[in-house]
Amino acid sequence: MTVGVLALQGDFREHISLLTSMGVATLEVRTAEDLKLADALVIPGGESTTIGKLADRYGLIGPIRERCQQGMPTLGTCAGMIFLAESTVSGHQPQLGVLNAVVERNAFGRQVDSFEADLTVIGLAEPMRAVFIRAPWMEKIGSDVEILATVVDLKGCEHPVLVRQGRILASSFHPELTGDTRLHQMLVESIDAS
Amino acid sequence: MTDATTQHGTEKVKRGLAEMLKGGVIMDVVNAEQAMIAEAAGACAVMSLERVPADIRAHGGVARMADPAKVEAIINAVSIPVMAKSRIGHFVEAQILQSLGVDYIDESEVLSPVDDNHIDKHAYTVPFVCGAKNLGEALRRIGEGAAMIRTKGEPGTGNVVEAVKHMRMMNTQIRNLTTLMPDEIMNAARDLRAPYDLVSEIAESGTLPVVNFAAGGIATPADAALMMQLGCDGVFVGSGIFKSGDPSERAEAIVEATTFYQDAEKIAKVSRNLGEAMVGINIDTLPESEMMQLRGS
Repeated sequence: MTVGVLALQGDFREHISLLTSMGVATLEVRTAEDLKLADALVIPGGESTTIGKLADRYGLIGPIRERCQQGMPTLGTCAGMIFLAESTVSGHQPQLGVLNAVVERNAFGRQVDSFEADLTVIGLAEPMRAVFIRAPWMEKIGSDVEILATVVDLKGCEHPVLVRQGRILASSFHPELTGDTRLHQMLVESIDAS
Repeated sequence: MTDATTQHGTEKVKRGLAEMLKGGVIMDVVNAEQAMIAEAAGACAVMSLERVPADIRAHGGVARMADPAKVEAIINAVSIPVMAKSRIGHFVEAQILQSLGVDYIDESEVLSPVDDNHIDKHAYTVPFVCGAKNLGEALRRIGEGAAMIRTKGEPGTGNVVEAVKHMRMMNTQIRNLTTLMPDEIMNAARDLRAPYDLVSEIAESGTLPVVNFAAGGIATPADAALMMQLGCDGVFVGSGIFKSGDPSERAEAIVEATTFYQDAEKIAKVSRNLGEAMVGINIDTLPESEMMQLRGS
């Protein structure tokens, strides 16, 4: 069993070291050939426009989309969540469109508005320390998307920040920066189940 | 989020944005139009400034923070993070840049320093990046609160030689620390002129606690890949893009070479027919008074 980590740009090394600490074999994915060797995929944090453009230029969008549609377990964090989604509230950028959601980029504001907080996650006994960096949230989601965690904005509105659709898991925040292995554990368990 | 567990501007949040920029290219831009070209080419962030370093060098005089109107126009033009430069020690320029909503401040030797002391960067919610020629300098900046480090290659020269020197020095000094016995760490801290706790941390971990980018003199895709292979986490390109013949093509090529930095065939492919690179300057023809890397240490 090998977990591929999309290594075009962003904090892919943090995901790899977290998975390695769990005893999971990993593989850096930069081409469609690399993807064939992966049983699951992590799409890391980074700049979603950069990741999307490189994925588009190097012919990765079609193959990743196809694998996701065939049920490949996938985890996207922050930029990864944006890349998985259908569309963004404003602007156009290359996206996989396998997660039935519209995301708002930089939803909390600019870097000075970035934060960390304890987050209650459905199915987890203890809260998660979650780091949100120029983070997106889900503006709209389809009926097949299950909400696992939300945050309340300054106006009192609640927004999904962790969701699951089939074997796709997407978070607005960065578990790879805190060393919390629980989301990666969920990913690995869904490989075992497939 | 305003519950009791919410914290802004923590070390994790500040260093975290730099983690997200890794493997990417941060491009110098002087207006909204250039910022949009950079974003379209795949830049992971832009650095807004009044003039690119090559023009600062040619123009002479005092180089200051960019006009806030210009910084705001750039912020409004792109969705990627926007950085901006303050002068070394000019904490009011930094306060202004934070109030404008820039995502990172570069306390930069490219501008004219105003103080021997650097800015107390712990006092800000916005994170800072600073240049360093060696490990001691990097650790002094991190001690002051820098959340990201970059090499201090000679700006505006299109000559990557100094950035290479700085990165090699950094790697060697870190490697040497990891060979020390615990009772040798204090003398190492004294010789590096660096905070003991940070020296001790690196002797243990064998790596800087923050992201380290290449900066200064990068002009070609091969230069970017060279710095990545030397162990940099990403690349700043200053004058190299918008002082070249075809900025958009060159920007895309440097982005691709930074991702595929270990793949010579891909780097060869993106390097074909890029047109004129910026005209370079040989460092040994520069008098010491014109060496920007000697500013602040």
